[in-house]
Amino acid sequence: MAKSVRYRSIVSVNGPLIIVDNVQGVKLNEIAEIDVDGETRIGQVIGIEGRAAVIQVLQGTTGVSIGRSYVRFTGDTLKVPVSEEVFGRILNGLGNAIDGGPNVIGEKFDVNGYPINPVTRLPPRDFIQTGISAIDGLMSLIRGQKLPVFSGYGLPHNMMVSQVIRQAKLLRRQEPFAIVFATLGVSSEEASFFRMELERARALDRTVFILNLQSDSTVERIIAPRVALTIAEYLAFEKDYHVLVVMSDMSNYCEALRELSLARGEIPGRRGYPGYMYTDLATIYERAGLVSGRNGSLTQMPVLSMPDDDITHPIPDLTGYITEGQIVLNRNLHLAGVYPPVNVLASLSRLMKDGVGERYTRKDHFEIYTRLLSAYAEGSRNKELSAILGEETLTSEERKYVRFTEVFEKRFIKQGAYEERSIDETLNLGLEVLSVLK
Amino acid sequence: MVVAEDIPNPMMGEVVLVGEKNLIGEVNRISGNRVFIQVYEDTGGLKYGDRVVALGRLLSAELGPGLLGQVYDGLQRPLEEIAKQADSFVKAGIRTRRLDHEKKWRFIPVDNPPRKVVGGEIIGKVEETMVVTHMILIPPNISGELVYLADEGDYTIVDQVAKIKDPQGRMLGVTMVHEWPVKTPRPFREKLDPEEPLITGVRIIDFMFPVAKGGTAAIPGPFGSGKTMTLQQISKQVDADVVIYTGCGERGNEMADLLEKFRSLTDLKSGRPLMERSIIIANTSNMPVAARESSIFLGVTLAEYFRDMGYNVVLIADSISRWAEALRELSSRMEELPGEEGFPAYLASRLQGFYSRAGKVTTLNGKTGSLTIMSAVSPPGGDFGEPVTQKTLQAVKVFWALDSELAYRRHFPAINWLQSYSLYIENIAFWWELNVSEGWRSIRENMLGILREEDELMQIVRLMGMGALSDRERAILETSRLIREAFLKQSALDFKDAYSDVRKTFAIAEIIDYYRQYLLEAVSNGIPLEKALGLNIGEEILRLKHLSSDELAGETTRLKERIISELSELQRPVEAQHG
Ligand SMILES: Nc1ncnc2c1ncn2[C@@H]1O[C@H](COP(=O)(O)OP(=O)(O)O)[C@@H](O)[C@H]1O
Ligand SMILES: [Mg+2]
Repeated sequence: MAKSVRYRSIVSVNGPLIIVDNVQGVKLNEIAEIDVDGETRIGQVIGIEGRAAVIQVLQGTTGVSIGRSYVRFTGDTLKVPVSEEVFGRILNGLGNAIDGGPNVIGEKFDVNGYPINPVTRLPPRDFIQTGISAIDGLMSLIRGQKLPVFSGYGLPHNMMVSQVIRQAKLLRRQEPFAIVFATLGVSSEEASFFRMELERARALDRTVFILNLQSDSTVERIIAPRVALTIAEYLAFEKDYHVLVVMSDMSNYCEALRELSLARGEIPGRRGYPGYMYTDLATIYERAGLVSGRNGSLTQMPVLSMPDDDITHPIPDLTGYITEGQIVLNRNLHLAGVYPPVNVLASLSRLMKDGVGERYTRKDHFEIYTRLLSAYAEGSRNKELSAILGEETLTSEERKYVRFTEVFEKRFIKQGAYEERSIDETLNLGLEVLSVLK
Repeated sequence: MVVAEDIPNPMMGEVVLVGEKNLIGEVNRISGNRVFIQVYEDTGGLKYGDRVVALGRLLSAELGPGLLGQVYDGLQRPLEEIAKQADSFVKAGIRTRRLDHEKKWRFIPVDNPPRKVVGGEIIGKVEETMVVTHMILIPPNISGELVYLADEGDYTIVDQVAKIKDPQGRMLGVTMVHEWPVKTPRPFREKLDPEEPLITGVRIIDFMFPVAKGGTAAIPGPFGSGKTMTLQQISKQVDADVVIYTGCGERGNEMADLLEKFRSLTDLKSGRPLMERSIIIANTSNMPVAARESSIFLGVTLAEYFRDMGYNVVLIADSISRWAEALRELSSRMEELPGEEGFPAYLASRLQGFYSRAGKVTTLNGKTGSLTIMSAVSPPGGDFGEPVTQKTLQAVKVFWALDSELAYRRHFPAINWLQSYSLYIENIAFWWELNVSEGWRSIRENMLGILREEDELMQIVRLMGMGALSDRERAILETSRLIREAFLKQSALDFKDAYSDVRKTFAIAEIIDYYRQYLLEAVSNGIPLEKALGLNIGEEILRLKHLSSDELAGETTRLKERIISELSELQRPVEAQHG
């Protein structure tokens, strides 16, 4: 019955929020439909204040009129239809088809999902090969992990991400592998770049592409990663796929969160971001994992831009506190012509130890990693000293390490954007650059 | 935050059930006929006019046999039970028992039951696991004449095992289980001075910045610096009777990993699975925020309960910052006036209140028990000046300062030796003298002195290069390198070195100190440093950490002899020339 009630009692419009007064039986998180001069928009009840409901409108409030627009409540939460037909499709941030095809038909799942019960989680194991030496060799991506890329404006993270999406694979080919790629607030040029890259690699048929553009509403940007993860959870935990979810750029997501929070009149926290941003990001990132009794896995690689390259900025900071490591890109390496410009000392895959070695990659993997890293750390320190004191103050041993860092950056880290290296090639290359120290 | 109206006689802290799903909540503020409720579960689906039922009791823990080996959420719901009811995901409105009321335990009454009993008295025991005997306590708030005590036999925790006639003449039935409000500290007879170190097997902790049994320690650090690794390592190796690990607002995968380790690894002392002496509380970052707040209180209450049986209990909280943030979130939803960085003004007193529940005590039954609290702190941007770190440091006695520079260099544990401190040195010095060696304090001070000197010397090196240093100064740098590399550096992933018992820890420290003396003496006698270093004694010291303490004894004796004979060998011709 409540379904048919149409409320014309909108009493306030503020940013993406509207308040409807004198409603009955409306539930928190329920979906509302707002009629704006014949166009139906979707909103979500985010607060109930006495008899009034606070609704955030997914497509924005431009055109909403206090006199003319009316609101209906659906009694349902925000859901997205999923099935294996999602492969090769391009959807918007709400899960609707935008590739000219029909909407996906399938069982509908709540986009917010539910927290995985910690006792039913399995610790992440096993290796996903990206074909990029810096990542595979030194900060390996493990099934069920969340490993973000910390980038900066103007750094080639789009290139790197598309390379990951094109090349990512499991070493045992018979296991089903899928990619869910969500853009968040990117420009239309970036969107068509990604699309072209995917088509070129003929990678579309194992990929679900969720496109949220700069021009889309703030609220849709909040929903988009949740839609992506709901699809991914279905593929991983109902259909046994090993799913890699790539989301770029999470900084745009955080900006949207800040905008909404300010519109709600909440007290801003550090640098204007809401105090609950940690928790909010956790409800996204913690959807990665392995669940006992299910064969699939959900791995995440979110990408974010560090404003001013500052790793202590709330966006990378709160992300790093939730994720299991980070891949940090560095401007100096980029300027020196090293692609991908990965700062291996600041980067880390916390779960690497559980997913490499004899069973997963190669017996000597961890040892090569340790040797490369400590040599690079040593060499970088010497290089710093020599920059201050002059190269002649270094011993010949110390100079050898400096030489190592150069070879390491130019041969091991540096790689073509379309060059795919197997883990064997990566590890052999590691041994080769280590021989500089002999 | 839910606001309810017209609840009859609401009580601050009272448990309420909200809405059709009976979500668990707690009264957080009372203002006229309006009651502010913090709901511990996902509030989606609540609507205006939903009913609120007040239960007339405070948020409490259920205490009795069956606690050990459990994994609870912040409301003491067994997560295994939730998994049975709701598949692999945690959903709102699931009801479970906190303890098994059907399971029978073998109750063994005490030999000579006293006629009069007071709260906290032990009336019997249950061998709950192979490692922990669960003492059955009279609830702290009951006393009187013991008129009945059950014979040895199998009982559920809700069966009566004793009857007490209280001073008012009322007959009270006592079972093996009782409730205790989590926000109220459990009573004890007397607080004692901590005097025994808690041995963690981590050298920089045990030797340099020790925590006492019954003490408090905090480990602040930016992400990736090693808070969780260190605390988990401690939880596996610490010499405690019971360990309670509270994962508060952190990662699910970490909890899964810990659980797997607790089930598969065995306790060093008993050889039994770690899970038999542990309780895990898991309220991960994506689980409801309010339950993060209660998880810490639940943890400390369970810990006090085992302390009251006369055990040494360790409570680990990772991370106390998430708890403070939960307070902030709840406070801001109640529209309280925000203080520093938006935290409520009562942040400091809440933190003090939490840490003050640690201590070594004489329990109500006359035993000695201790509760040690260790917590991670996660400062935004790694800035130790922020309120939670600062207020934590005000409350605790040991500070393990994690340093991202060290972590980048993969020096683990990345505990900064210049910033960290322990205020228990005086308390536990006698223990070291008695149990290990009289040398502990002086070697410790020597080592810290060398490390400080290294820091100063490196500033000179950075300005003017190594060439600016004398041989003596370079000998100091050689010793500090050994202290860092051979002693402080200790990977939690290195199965041969992750646990260093006090004998091993002391032996390595001692040999480094011994070498330092002879090296400095040689250099001051004019031996060129290069020559002394050419003996490669340092390289031998670096290898020691991979030996067990038994193997070490022989090695260090041999090394000492080498140091004496070979270093003095070098000095002889020089002396001859002088002569
Ligand atoms: N004591 C240690 N031994 C070996 N590795 C460590 C140690 N401490 C930290 N690490 C490394 O640092 C990573 C991050 O440590 P973690 O404890 O998860 O950091 P935090 O909890 O401070 O964010 C680990 O995955 C591991 O690679
Ligand atoms: Mg941690």
